[in-house]
Amino acid sequence: MSTIERLTQRFAGEGYSSSRFRDNTRFDIPSQSLVDVLTFLKSDCGFDLLVDITAVDLLEYPDARNRFRVVYALANTVTAERIYVRTHLDEPELTLASVVPMWLGADWMEREVFDMFGIRFAGHPNLKRILMPEEFTAFPLRKDYPLRGRGERHNFPVITRAES
Amino acid sequence: MSLQLSELSDAESQDQEYLWTLNFGPQHPATHTTLRLMLKLDGETIVGAVPDIGYLHSGFEKLGEDLDFNQYVTIVDRMNYISPVANEIAWIHAVEKLVGVTITPRCKYVRTIFAELMRIHDHLLCVGAAALDLGAFTPFLYAFKQREKIYDICEFASGQRFHSSYMRVGGVMYDVDDKWIARVRAFVAGFPAAQAEITRLLTRNRIFMSRLRGVGVLSREDAINYSCSGPIARASGVVRDLRKDEPYLAYPDFDFKVICSNGGDCYSRYMMRMQEMLESNKIIEQALENLPSGPINVDAEGRAIMPGKQEVYQSIEGLIRHFETIIPNRGFLAPVEEIYAAQETANGELGYYIVGHGTIKAYRARTRPPSYIHFAVFPHLIKGHTLSDVVAVLGSLNIIAAELDR
Repeated sequence: MSTIERLTQRFAGEGYSSSRFRDNTRFDIPSQSLVDVLTFLKSDCGFDLLVDITAVDLLEYPDARNRFRVVYALANTVTAERIYVRTHLDEPELTLASVVPMWLGADWMEREVFDMFGIRFAGHPNLKRILMPEEFTAFPLRKDYPLRGRGERHNFPVITRAES
Repeated sequence: MSLQLSELSDAESQDQEYLWTLNFGPQHPATHTTLRLMLKLDGETIVGAVPDIGYLHSGFEKLGEDLDFNQYVTIVDRMNYISPVANEIAWIHAVEKLVGVTITPRCKYVRTIFAELMRIHDHLLCVGAAALDLGAFTPFLYAFKQREKIYDICEFASGQRFHSSYMRVGGVMYDVDDKWIARVRAFVAGFPAAQAEITRLLTRNRIFMSRLRGVGVLSREDAINYSCSGPIARASGVVRDLRKDEPYLAYPDFDFKVICSNGGDCYSRYMMRMQEMLESNKIIEQALENLPSGPINVDAEGRAIMPGKQEVYQSIEGLIRHFETIIPNRGFLAPVEEIYAAQETANGELGYYIVGHGTIKAYRARTRPPSYIHFAVFPHLIKGHTLSDVVAVLGSLNIIAAELDR
């Protein structure tokens, strides 16, 4: 039985759906069941490698019903199978359960998603900005953040030689 | 990016006053680029390390949403600038998968040759620089002599030594010619001897071995748990190579081995890279012998690639096609879909997650950067070792800050 069949058998109901594009198999889930699905995939289906966690801001996406999509890319190191678990989030409830207890590699991935999109991960040991400076307030990869920024470069404090 | 001492883990070690903190980087010669580490030391032994990154963050992923697929090639070049063309190939591979372009056999071979040249390119720098940090200067020069030859090959094909921007959706910038093939052939013929020279200097070198063996040991379970890929995972016994597992480009046609090791320490990672270079050399040799003739680009009718200069200047259809390819939203359009596609680059799995929304640009261009994921392992690897081992472990991980911070 293929992984997607096992998944659809185990997790059925509203909010669950599977799709395929080229060679990518995707499984959409409601955000509350994230840990259940990933635990099932890790322990029962052998998806031991967390390849990536990323997010997409769907603000300007055609026909989007939610604001954010968070994607978990998993791989099986034995069969080289891959699966992409997607879940959707809306403001103001931008919180997901952290998967750091399952994969230590998720630590920095979740921090980057938080840094760039402002999605929080409950249970993360050290959820703070990683690429942007600590005092930065916006989330740069959101679609409502302009490409050239909001004057951060212009207002950047510069120490002149005389002041130093 | 500011750090507090309290972050330096180990709750019990916090009240121990004899511990001291050392700031390593961001401008330290052995970090090569702008990496910063906060180290907590007990004498010379490291009890905790907190990497602080982001000094080189330049918003590449945001730029990827603003530039079109072919323009963004110049940006991915600058991520892992140690093996630029490999990034291009991975990016273009993901775009082609999203759009649905099938490239020609000749293009597959040429890209495979470039991808493997870049693997050698990357490993040479990694090995050379690791040796340099540990006090051996000569291997670095030997490695750079070979790297120069690869730079020349890139320049010969694209006109650019460093950031070649050679790949295009549906093909390459210009076809390669016989002189280029002769150049690559000369490199391939000379490379095993050059590799042997570096091997003679390093592999059984007593100082080099004692600095690397047993340092920074990563077990197989941890390698998977920390999402490691590429040489670092394979040096820890994870048998995973995308070239074999998910064959892409022309890899199914070639006979090559996947190098693995059970050691998991810095020395295994060094040996892995040295052996992998020879396998890459074998792949290039086979690809050159079997390089198919025929067109290198897909048909310009498909709007995926620009027509040749001859056609543009001498026929009205060619001119129109050229126009349509370059003006916004008249060329090839990405479907409203998303795709993740990854390739095995020198540093590990380099993946791109591209979301299309019916235009010539990406809606979201996520890079899965191997350096970023491997640097997260660093605190785990260095714990319990001495200060002088920091450079050994950093050198074996091959962290490229431009890719780390993007």
